[in-house]
Amino acid sequence: MNQATSLRDWLLTEEPASRRQAAFASWYKGWLRFRGNTLAMVGLYVLALLILAAIFAPLLATHDPFVQDLGNRLMPPGSEEHIFGTDSLGRDIYSRILYGARISIYIVLLVAMVAPLLGLIVGTVAGYAGGWADVVLMRITDIFLAFPRLILALAFVAALGAGIENAVLAISLTAWPPYARIARAETLTIRNSDYIHAIRLQGAGPLRIVTRHIWPLCVSSLVVRVTLDMAGIILTAAGLGFLGLGAQPPSPEWGAMISEGRKFILDSWWVATIPGLAIFSISLAFNLLGDGLRDVLDPKDSAT
Amino acid sequence: MTAISVRDLNVWFGSGAARSDAVLDVSFDVAEGEIFGLVGESGSGKSTILRAISGLVPTWSGTMTVAGETLGKRRSQSFYSKVQMVFQDPYASLHPRHTVDRLLSETMRLHGIRDVDDRIVQLLGDVGLGAGFRFRYPHQLSGGQRQRVAIARALASNPAILLLDEPTSALDVSVQAEILNLLSDLQRAHRLTYIMVSHDLGVVGHLCSRIAVMKDGRIVEVLGVSEMRQLQAQDPYTRKLLASSVHSIR
Amino acid sequence: MTDQGPLLDVENLWVRFRSRAGMFEAVRGVSFTLGRERLGIVGESGSGKSMTGRALLRLIRPPGFVEADRMSLHGEDILQASETRMRQLRGGRISMIMQDPKFSLNPVMTVGQQMVEALRAHEKVTKAQARTRAIEMLDEVAIREPERVYDLYPHEVSGGMGQRIMIAMMLLPNPEILIADEPTSALDVSVQLQVLDIMDKLVRDRGMGLIFISHDLNLVAKFCDRIVIMYAGRIVETCKASELRQAKHPYTLGLLNSVPDLEHPRERLDVLARDPAWREAPSVSARQ
Repeated sequence: MNQATSLRDWLLTEEPASRRQAAFASWYKGWLRFRGNTLAMVGLYVLALLILAAIFAPLLATHDPFVQDLGNRLMPPGSEEHIFGTDSLGRDIYSRILYGARISIYIVLLVAMVAPLLGLIVGTVAGYAGGWADVVLMRITDIFLAFPRLILALAFVAALGAGIENAVLAISLTAWPPYARIARAETLTIRNSDYIHAIRLQGAGPLRIVTRHIWPLCVSSLVVRVTLDMAGIILTAAGLGFLGLGAQPPSPEWGAMISEGRKFILDSWWVATIPGLAIFSISLAFNLLGDGLRDVLDPKDSAT
Repeated sequence: MTAISVRDLNVWFGSGAARSDAVLDVSFDVAEGEIFGLVGESGSGKSTILRAISGLVPTWSGTMTVAGETLGKRRSQSFYSKVQMVFQDPYASLHPRHTVDRLLSETMRLHGIRDVDDRIVQLLGDVGLGAGFRFRYPHQLSGGQRQRVAIARALASNPAILLLDEPTSALDVSVQAEILNLLSDLQRAHRLTYIMVSHDLGVVGHLCSRIAVMKDGRIVEVLGVSEMRQLQAQDPYTRKLLASSVHSIR
Repeated sequence: MTDQGPLLDVENLWVRFRSRAGMFEAVRGVSFTLGRERLGIVGESGSGKSMTGRALLRLIRPPGFVEADRMSLHGEDILQASETRMRQLRGGRISMIMQDPKFSLNPVMTVGQQMVEALRAHEKVTKAQARTRAIEMLDEVAIREPERVYDLYPHEVSGGMGQRIMIAMMLLPNPEILIADEPTSALDVSVQLQVLDIMDKLVRDRGMGLIFISHDLNLVAKFCDRIVIMYAGRIVETCKASELRQAKHPYTLGLLNSVPDLEHPRERLDVLARDPAWREAPSVSARQ
């Protein structure tokens, strides 16, 4: 107890005594603010639950997600041994959802790492360099933005071949332009601020200014945007899966599961609905999380 | 010794039909150890002169010699260690995500200073902040404290010349007094040369020994502080400016 | 006007903000009255002077809220008044001028359109009448060629002219009280006095009550009859403007002495030593 309060005091001090303490304290204060947002916490809990479910899928699953049992096909939810029912090949939907979470989270994390990074680099370089570099980079961005996302992703997958990794690559290649635009817009406002002038007057070069001074300020709005986009990424991945260009059967990717369920949607609604609900819940969780992060990360608010 | 010599300085923004001239044929000299004031209303070009000297505005013509170095389009690293600038708004001149420590240590590393830790503590002491402020973020500081940090950053490389761009206009009067006292103490202790830009004749008259009055990009008059205090100005605009600044009740 | 009572009577005004860190008190128990006089409210940033002005118009938005024992205009309770009634009072009886005309004028409407709209919100007049009065008013604030300025957009006028337009617009519906919150801080010194002179003349000619909120003691002393000095949400001292020289409170003296003065040079400026006791001392009443 005593130790807990002293740790809290140590974190909340107005006069940190070391670099490490200052960093921890600022994280802790952000966490306190995040924690005050109930909906964001709900999002975080749902997400944590899904990630745990994905990690412990082998322990939680009641069946092998790939084993077919044609005698028990299209069992409704709540039937014995199958709480979410079975699909057209008699596979347990509950177990498939758990294993499917692994694939969905894997896709989301990969896209979330590749696309914003690409956008950040393109956007900040264009914004800070200005002139020709800006024109060329932003016109390339415009070209990418001019195509509907799914069509472009389809074209990439068609060229690269179907599969999860290629789906990730295709989604990333279509997802970066909006990030580049945000990063550029932020850079344009930041580059004319006095603190950037000040570091320029210390003789700092463009590389240092962009990576050390502009990136940290762009990252927060990108993180928020990414979490809000996660839902779209999952849906695009699901869409590719649905069209048969993402994860390949018998892999339990959620979009592919909906695609399979489509054939029986009138008689056996659950086959498509349950993975649909899973996609819905992870999308909603990311959206709530994004809203909460926006409150925490907005530097304009952190003064209060 | 002349610390700063500016001859026929013109500064403009934009080009072609959109070109607007901010500074027109400005010439002045500042001696070593002198505090020189640039006074004028908004849009008179006073801040633009500082930005041209410091290299933040590349579109200028004329001759500028600062600390023995004739300035070209690019500034050398040694220029930045000799000439530094303090900005008007302390709320905008500190990076919102960097602690005071990071701000100062990065500055020192850029100037190749070795014993960063000792120097930071010493600098914070010099500007009247204790070592306790070292790991704070800008949002944990008041306006006056922020401006002290900004001054510490400007002093980090031991410069000979400070360009002060309205360093107190965003602050309350009582805090302004503290910062003005600090600036005059530092000037005396380090034999610094200041060019101070302000719209407030009271502030300029307090700190500066010579004052250039600017209007529409030109210097209309340069006068010594004693002439200014006795309200002896030749130029009608200067007289008008002086008249509107003298309204104290004492 | 026949009534002799104060225009505005405020007793024990509090402005509080709820935040996650707890309650923040911006104004702490301020009492004052305003007659047909010019009252100056002076303080540094964070002293609660602007919040006091906004509270009078009930312009404090949640999470902030206003409490007072009394806040009345001509005896009418404006603390409990409905929002509809407040909209009539705002602009109609009490007007407010903000710091920067750039932000208080609508950029997509001409000066004239805005003035006419402001007048017609409070009075039933035809457009032609409103136009005539607006042009007369522009003339009164010393704008040359008022007909031409009437058709300009805000970005086409200078800061000083913008603030004179604001004054004209605010005085058009003949309010009884004008609250001017740092009306000239965004302007150059040479136009500051001109704008204040115009505002001062209009307020006096019309027998209005003026609340002049500013950080500049010297300016307030020049343009007000009575001065209220605020510190940390409380009134620490109140005096007649002519007697400011005899002010006693160390905070007031500190403010006066920390201003660099062109005619009276000093080697070092006096630095204000803040006494924590000032913060806790009970608010001085400025009721008359």
